[in-house]
This record gives sequence, structure tokens and C-alpha cells, in this order.
Amino acid sequence: MSSSINISQVDRIYTDTDGRTVQALKNVDLDIKAGEFISLIGPSGCGKTTLLRLIAGLDKPQAGQLSIDGRKITGVDPERGYVFQQGSLFPWLDIGHNIAYGLRARGQLKQKKAKVGEYISMVGLDGFEKSYPHQISGGMAQRVAIARALINEPKALLLDEPMGALDSFTRADLQDKLLELWKENGTTMILVTHDIDEAIYLSDRIVIMTPRPGKISRVIEVDLPRPRHRGGIEFLAMRKEILELFELAQAQPQPEYNI
Amino acid sequence: MNTATVKLSATVKESITDKPKAAWNYKNGAYFLLKALLTVSGFVIAVAVNIFFPQKAAVEIKNYTLSIFGLNIGLTMNDLYRALLVGLILIYTVSAIRSLADKDKRKKFCKNAAFRSALGLALAVWDIGGTKLQIFAQPFFPGPAQVAEAYLADGEYVLQNTLYSLRLYSAGFSCGVLLGVGTGILIGWFPKVYYWVYPVLKITGVVPAVAWMPFALTLLPNSFTAAVFLIVICAWFQIAFLTAQGIQSTPKQNYEAARILGSDPVDLIFHVAVPHAMPDIFTGITSANAMAFTTLVMSEMLGQPGGLGYYINQSKVWSAYYKVLAAIVIMAVLFSLINHIIGRIQKHTLRWQEGVVKK
Repeated sequence: MSSSINISQVDRIYTDTDGRTVQALKNVDLDIKAGEFISLIGPSGCGKTTLLRLIAGLDKPQAGQLSIDGRKITGVDPERGYVFQQGSLFPWLDIGHNIAYGLRARGQLKQKKAKVGEYISMVGLDGFEKSYPHQISGGMAQRVAIARALINEPKALLLDEPMGALDSFTRADLQDKLLELWKENGTTMILVTHDIDEAIYLSDRIVIMTPRPGKISRVIEVDLPRPRHRGGIEFLAMRKEILELFELAQAQPQPEYNI
Repeated sequence: MNTATVKLSATVKESITDKPKAAWNYKNGAYFLLKALLTVSGFVIAVAVNIFFPQKAAVEIKNYTLSIFGLNIGLTMNDLYRALLVGLILIYTVSAIRSLADKDKRKKFCKNAAFRSALGLALAVWDIGGTKLQIFAQPFFPGPAQVAEAYLADGEYVLQNTLYSLRLYSAGFSCGVLLGVGTGILIGWFPKVYYWVYPVLKITGVVPAVAWMPFALTLLPNSFTAAVFLIVICAWFQIAFLTAQGIQSTPKQNYEAARILGSDPVDLIFHVAVPHAMPDIFTGITSANAMAFTTLVMSEMLGQPGGLGYYINQSKVWSAYYKVLAAIVIMAVLFSLINHIIGRIQKHTLRWQEGVVKK
């Protein structure tokens, strides 16, 4: 029920409207083990979302190759679920139909109808089947988005800052929910985040990326025992370590004036 | 600290003493009863005026025989007018009783009371100035009872013409909606179609549909299809325009999410783009509907063997302005009804929108 993902020598260059090129990713190599929880972390512009979109098949690299279980990734596939930052629910469908979307689109709704209720309870939204997205909170909406992705039983779940727009209490809550779902389903998890605490709390490994050009600067193994404590001494030590890394990883300080 | 608590308890006390005094608003039973009486009072006065105000002007009061369910009933125009007024009184009474249980309906009913009452009074004044004394310019402003007389004199004929209009409208408008939504989807989805069709739509769309009438009348086999054609094109352009706009404004993220969940392109059109465009489609339908009414009546007046517009034209020739008014009343009721039905469908379809659904 989980997949390993191999990324080798990937380049992605964007050209903006003025013809300038931006190297979003340069020479990226990464092996993600089956069932692993991995976080991509880094300042904005480091290409972490670009990398996630490449894994999803929403975008194609100019050079290099991405493969899943040895097969080349050529386009989107329900085997790789995706949770957007926010606002990706279909506003015209109620929660039940949003979650059932994948089953319906793949013609499996009839056989697997019972699963819809099951996934609604799994993310703790019983009684909200008939509510519309604008009627529920941001945290609930993200839980719906996660359930909607999981109902397709993906072998890998790609999460693009799914908790970025939530307050810290809702965020902590959802992080625990995510760990619970990961434990239950064994899916490979790839999380894009800019929250160091979140990365340490959730991941097996943290991939640190730096911008201009976007590349992987370091991969850190998080060998803290689970369940982890957000205030534990080891946790804080690791946090400090990563923060220091970021200060080092940062480019030369820019002068605050222009001549 | 101490003064604050004292102040707080004082306000609490006030609000407690306030409570038993029932507020003088729609929640109060007596207030509601008064409003209900106010609502029907205008119509009661209108009935009273029709019965008791002396008929001064020389207006012939004919007796018509109606046969309903095999019964022959003799009726004058005043009888019908009174029956209609009593009908209104009954409708508002039932509406008052039905509003009793629901807070929102109660509030709305009370709010409408003054207007409805004024409506009744206006009918009474119109009756006096029109039929009873004929102080308004005749034959342009007959009284309300005379307008009702048109239904007695021409009942069956009016009904036939109404049905003709309805047939024309439903044939034209339903085709227009289907074609409009269809073309809109194609324009919104396929860039090639957009390139070739959109400019044509943009330029021809501003031309009022009736301008095409000479072509419609000569090129199409009969006047009915010609009028249907005119209604179709007036609805078509408007709806296609807005549908295309709604489809094109679908956020990219919606498509991406759907594709990852397993949607194929056909699925993307019908389960992402079209639902997203629904609010725009309905905007198109509502505005096209108003234009379709105009086109309908205009084309009936200019070249149809039937319909309410035709009836108006024909009555005008005989200076039967009471019949013109009778047709206008039917149009007002019929078109409001159609608008209401479209509104209900819209409300149901767009129940997912913020502000449409109540928590």
C-alpha cells in the first residue's frame, strides 16, 4: 500500500512573461522509501512546491527523471494523492460528495459507497456530510481534502502546506490526525512545509532546500522516538540544529541600499 | 471594581423588568392581527365601493352566462370583479394563517401589509374614477371591473392567445437555453472555438433579436417558427456569453484537484467547469428571460396569428382598451410566475453558494 519514489538529476526552469528564466530546481536527487514520512522544508522560492508538483505529475521536468516503484512518472495518477494548501474543495459539492469525488470519477462509487461514510468518520466529520465547504472551518476543510485524497487509497500522499493557513491549535490537532492516518494506512507521505516544528514532529527525514537555484542542501534523519513531544529536550535540540543550518544555508546578506 | 458590579446588576435588573412587557412588533399576536386586518382592509373597501357606490356614468352592464361543470351561471362584470377581490382577500387570509408559525414569514407579512392595503384602496379609487363616474379619459382608462369584463366577453379567446404565447415562449426559450449553454461550454472550453465563434457572438449579440425579423419571416416556413427563432437567438447569445465566461473563470486548482482524483477531460467539463459556471449560467438565463419576453410580445404584435401581443394589437384596432389592459394584466401575472419559477430553480441549484444556504 505504499510506494518508493526516486528522483534523479531533476531540473526545472521557468520562463516568466518578460523572457527571464528562473531555475526552480537544479540537479535534484532524492530517494524516498516506501511508507516513509518525509518533509520538504525551506524558504519560499526554494522549489519545494515545484518538486511536489513534479512528483504528482502536474508538471514535467526539463531534465532528469522521476519514477515511482521503478515506473517513470508521466502524468497525474490517483495512486498519488495530493492535498492543496487551501481552497481546493469543490464549493458546489457538499462534504460527502467532495469526499466521494474520486470514487465517482473512477466509476467505483456503486461498489464502494460505504467507504464514503467510513472516511468521513476517519477524519472526524460525522454529521457534516450535507454541509457545503463555505459552511465549515478551514481546519475541517483540510480534513475533508485529506479524506478526499485518501479515499482513492493512494500509495503516496503529497501534501502542499496543508496546514499553512490554519491557526496553531487546529494545526497541532491536524498533525496528530495525519500521523494517525499514516499509521493506519501506511501510505508514503511527502509534506511541503515551512514550519520547522511541524517537520520535526511528523517526519522520518527532513529535506532542507535552498533557493536560487532551488536545490537540496541537506537531508536530516529524525531519529526521535514516536510519539514525539513538541517541548522535549531532544526535539528542541533538533530544532536549534535546523535553525542554525538555515542561517548557514542563507545566501550572503544583501546590502540594504542600492547605488 | 465594586461600582462595576453594581452597574452590571442594575442593567440585569432592567432587562428583567423589561421582559414581561411584550414588544410591539410582528412577534406580538395583537400586532399581527392588526396587520392582517390592514392587509385585507383595502380590498374590503374596494368591494364595498363596487357594491355601494352609485353607478353615475352611462356604462352598459351586460349579463354573461358562464357554464362551469355543466352549471350555467349568470355574471356581470361587477360580479367577476368582486369575486376576484374576494379571492384576493381569501388568499391573504390564508397567507396570514400560514405565516403565523414562522417568524420570518410573519415579519415579511407585516412588512407587506401597508402596500397591499394601498393596492386595495387604489383599486377602489380606480373603480370610482373609471367605471362609476368616468372622470378619467375614456376609453383609455376603463375601471377595473371593465378590465375584468374582457375575461367574460373574450374568456376563451384570451385563454387561447395566452396558451399560444406560452407555447411560443417555452419552445423558443428552452431551445435558446440549450443552445446557449451548449455553445457557451464549447467556447469556454476549446480555444479554437473561442477564436472563431466568440467575435461573431460578440458583434451579433448586441443586435436586438427583432431586427432579424424580416429574415426570419421570409426564410422560415411559418410565422411560428420565425418567432421561435427570434426568441432563440435573443436567449442564445446572452446565455452563451455568460456560460463561456463562467467556464473560463474556473480556477486552475479545481481542475488539478479533479485530475489527480481521477477525472478525465469529459468529467472535467461536466463535473468541474459546468458546476463552476452555474451562477453565471443563471445570470444569463435571468437576463435572457427578460429579453425573451420583449421579443415574444414584439414578434406577436408584428406578425403572429395569435398570442397576447396579437390580442393587444387586435383590441387596439377596436379601441377596446379594457381588453388591452386585460392582456397586460395576464402578461404581468404570467411573466412574474415564470420569473418566480426560474428563481426557485436557481435557488435550488445554487444552494451551495454562500448566503444562499442558511446554517
